[in-house]
Amino acid sequence: MISRTARLAAAAVAASLALAACGAGGRPAEEDGGGATGGEAATASDVGITETTVKVGGHFPLTGVAAPGYADIPTGAKAYFDYVNANGGVNGRQIEYVYKDDAYNPTQTSQITNELVLQDQIFAMLGGLGTPTHSAVVDFLNSEGVPDLFVSSGSLLWDQPRENPNTFGWQPDYEVEGKILAQYLAQNFPQAKVGLFVQDDDFGRDGEKGARQYLESQIVTVQRYTPGNTDIAPQIAALQAAGADLVVGFAVPSYTALSQLNALRLNYKPQWAYSNVGADLTLVGSLLARFSEGAITDAGLLEGVISTSYLPNVTQKDNAWVQLFQKVWDEHGGEGELNNFRIYGMSQAYTFVSALQAAGPNPTREGIVKAVESGGKTFEGPWLAPFRFSADKHGGIAGVAVNKITGGTVTPLTDVLVTDNGSAPITPVGTPPSTPTANGIPDVQPVETG
Amino acid sequence: MQQFLNVTLTGLAQGAVYSAIALALVLIWRSTRIVNFAQGAMAMFTTYIALSLIEAGQSYWVGLLVALVSGLVLGALVERVVVRPVEGGPELNAVIVTLGLFVGFQALAAILFGSTFVSFPAPFDLRGFTVGGVNIAFTPNSIFVIAAVVVVMLALVALFRFTNLGLQMRASAFSQEVSRLLGVRVGAMLTLGWALAAVVGSLAGVLIAGGNLVSPNYMDAVVVFGFVAAVLGGLESPGGAVVGGLTIGLLLSYVSGYLGSELVALAALVILVAVLLVRPQGLFSHAAARRV
Amino acid sequence: MTQQADTPQDTEKDTGQPAAPARAAAPAPRPGRFDAVRRRLPKSTFARHALAALGGLVVVFLVLELTNPFRNSQFATMSYYAIAAVGLTTLTGLNGQISLGHGALMAVGAYTTGLLLGPDADGAALPLPIVMLVAMAVTAVVGVVVGAAAARLHGPYLAGATLALAVALPGLAIYFDEWLGGEQGLRIAAPRPPDWFSDAVYFLSANETPGVKYLAYVGWITLLVVLLLMANLKRGRVGRVWQAVRDDEVAAELAGIRLGRTRVIAFVVSAACAGLAGAVLAVVVRLAAPSGFTIVLSLSLLTAVVLGGLGSFTGALLGSALLVFLTPTVTNLGTSLGLDATAAAEVAPFVYGVVLVLVMLLAPAGAVGVLRKLWHRTRGNHPGSSTRRSA
Repeated sequence: MISRTARLAAAAVAASLALAACGAGGRPAEEDGGGATGGEAATASDVGITETTVKVGGHFPLTGVAAPGYADIPTGAKAYFDYVNANGGVNGRQIEYVYKDDAYNPTQTSQITNELVLQDQIFAMLGGLGTPTHSAVVDFLNSEGVPDLFVSSGSLLWDQPRENPNTFGWQPDYEVEGKILAQYLAQNFPQAKVGLFVQDDDFGRDGEKGARQYLESQIVTVQRYTPGNTDIAPQIAALQAAGADLVVGFAVPSYTALSQLNALRLNYKPQWAYSNVGADLTLVGSLLARFSEGAITDAGLLEGVISTSYLPNVTQKDNAWVQLFQKVWDEHGGEGELNNFRIYGMSQAYTFVSALQAAGPNPTREGIVKAVESGGKTFEGPWLAPFRFSADKHGGIAGVAVNKITGGTVTPLTDVLVTDNGSAPITPVGTPPSTPTANGIPDVQPVETG
Repeated sequence: MQQFLNVTLTGLAQGAVYSAIALALVLIWRSTRIVNFAQGAMAMFTTYIALSLIEAGQSYWVGLLVALVSGLVLGALVERVVVRPVEGGPELNAVIVTLGLFVGFQALAAILFGSTFVSFPAPFDLRGFTVGGVNIAFTPNSIFVIAAVVVVMLALVALFRFTNLGLQMRASAFSQEVSRLLGVRVGAMLTLGWALAAVVGSLAGVLIAGGNLVSPNYMDAVVVFGFVAAVLGGLESPGGAVVGGLTIGLLLSYVSGYLGSELVALAALVILVAVLLVRPQGLFSHAAARRV
Repeated sequence: MTQQADTPQDTEKDTGQPAAPARAAAPAPRPGRFDAVRRRLPKSTFARHALAALGGLVVVFLVLELTNPFRNSQFATMSYYAIAAVGLTTLTGLNGQISLGHGALMAVGAYTTGLLLGPDADGAALPLPIVMLVAMAVTAVVGVVVGAAAARLHGPYLAGATLALAVALPGLAIYFDEWLGGEQGLRIAAPRPPDWFSDAVYFLSANETPGVKYLAYVGWITLLVVLLLMANLKRGRVGRVWQAVRDDEVAAELAGIRLGRTRVIAFVVSAACAGLAGAVLAVVVRLAAPSGFTIVLSLSLLTAVVLGGLGSFTGALLGSALLVFLTPTVTNLGTSLGLDATAAAEVAPFVYGVVLVLVMLLAPAGAVGVLRKLWHRTRGNHPGSSTRRSA
């Protein structure tokens, strides 16, 4: 046995010496810059791009606590890409969309991002979902030079162009959303005692930051929950004990449902206001309706809840965008109905197609980042307010409208309002809503990037 | 005061469920000297069977009944097919087999039923009672949970005390050799012990799911708490398991209500280690000290 | 009282079998046709082990230089599984204690690493090897506490208590969220290869050393060191004492072995390995978060050591390799059977659960045991009849 090991070792040494002999034996004094450059004639202009395809990836919770609802987002994006592909793709390239499950588990996000970048060789990451999850891979994506476009989360982390030059937000960040929601609440419920019910991470913290700008003096308690722990009875009991009669929630949909359920157990009936993230009527309603075996009268539990929106709602059947997305879903969707999460995914895909067009006929990773920085502000699409993209701003959509859930649909309470981080004022958006192009595919001209 | 009342009542309802799980562990321990770490996973599996029936339009009660029956079958099958060969063997082997079952059932449930969170209906109202203008977190459904556990326990007591079958099961647990000589079909009794335990476990699974969100791993913590409860009760005595379950339910509810819910599992660990090191025979056992 | 079929002869011969590609553990002396070669090798056990480890290093170099970055990242993942599995197999296989809490111990190592390295690549005050040693030491201290409690427990009680540990410990990270980052965990800057290191690799292979490959080197060099030390320990007096305790407590006690102390030491050594594994995990995953240290991790480690064969380092390596490299294959199999991606991802755990049960029922000595049996059969050299004991 010993000899076997020894012989193996000897062979290995010999082989590595041979390898070393082929090696340079030392570094050349100067190295050229390396990296793919987007030459005029080249068609496979960068990693993940061939003459006929461009490959993008994403990580989403397809299982686990955050999966209800969020798992639908990539199916919407996939349907829209299929629609674009069926109509000839972007500059002749078919979009290959690979999305993987991270179960809303940051450790898994890290692993599957390795796979997407190193094995699948994606051109760009698109819409990676979740604050705790995506923050685990931001450094890696940026150090590998992978464009990290339109993160599906409103954390402020994505808006750090200096540290993370390749990362871009998409939805209104939680601070902006919190500010607009809180301003409305402070104006309309000036006497209310406010309780905050927030996820215990940057999602909750950013929302709280925005809400405090307008509600600081009214807040009586802040209760936090950790995703994964479904026992939130103590938090809801504490909100009740503090006498909060207006509860503002920054929670994912499952926890909106759980908070409603636990409040029901305690006969606790404050005015609820939820961030857009956790306020999807259909989803939360369906989670709650299942409990109703002779217990809960109807899905009217969310009746009267205040929330925000920055995309058309699936119930607005006469909206041109909803009609387009309905058509896309009917032609290319899988199982299930069009819902707000799928509209979210399609809108993100729409943004990506705009960015890809802006990056020119032979896009590079660097090029698409530059294109979003210089052209992103003018992208037109279903979003109610424009993006804030520029060379030193990677924040997404600039604002939201406050609305109320009544009779199974959403009714607007305010116009679309826009603002920015910090003490920036809240103003009406000013621009009229855009309408889709005739074929439903963006028509963005390549951006001059110098 | 209101919070103390709420926390106590919530703890009692949860304690009832832990009692049931602890009881299931004790039944198996008594008959085969194995701690069934797959108890929670098996209960989760039968709960999903109930859920698919309910989703297919059957009533809650049909779902519950089918869950209990499939628990019975599953328990018997598991004992006969995979546990029998390691019974009486090295105890590490049995531990690993039950852990394998734990992993396997959980993954199988995820494959068959999906692994997103889904809501499981409750048979009774989830709105808390109001007593004298004070809201308490005790619902008609909590009463059902406690009542169901009590009924099952009484039924088990009746079985062991007053039936010939129960006597044979007790005899087999006490001494396999002697029972065999006396003509008891020991093998069948062991199988029956596992089957009954799985029924009790399934009941706990369905009860804890009612009015809550379930996923394939929702029983993970519950089975740990059930184990702590069973050890607290001495792992030998069904009565001890029940008292242990209620104690753990209350203690953990106080921890959750006053210290923070993320410390619940840690509190369970502290209780477990304290009991094992200080009073290994359990708080409620009269048995002589024994090796743990 | 708590051991698989693992005869004394088996443990003597247990490495050097043609089972795993990158084995580095001790080759056992065996009379026969290789005597001449053997005579030329160093006499001391440690020196022979060190030579094997050196051979292992060359193999690692070749493999990492010749495979693509994704494979490199898989090897990095395999390295931390393997380090922890070697630790666990030392505890379970040699000393007869089971632990379902090694995932939690890895968390201790990972969080220590996270706190010391910080999220900023340039902000790390200490060099990586020091950080890893500290992580190992901290985990060893935790191991003293856990081991002291565990030494008094056996079988199912020990399994239950360590299971509770695995479920409970992540809660601490959430409770002390100011310090440990809560659910989001601690982001960790992946250390960059030092210049001398990438220069050395470049000198030998003309390849650059990207971060991923560097981490694979870190993991595998750590693994080789752990294997070297563990193999030595196993062959030495300590290892024999541990096996004596495992095989017959009463006899061991009569022979003057202090059971409690032996058990605690075994647990601490095993915990130190878990701490190192946690440190490697932290830099490879670039994150220490509670979700990374669930009960699933502990059970995966158990799967790895049982699959490979309890008590065998080769088995631990084999088991870890199967966990990392077989999983995608099994998942793809699930997809090709028409399962959607989510369900397909669960096929691998399902297979592992089934395999755990089957191994215990059919081949309690694990894959290495089966191979060994075949080996002996083909050579007409039957090992002693099974000495499987009952409790």
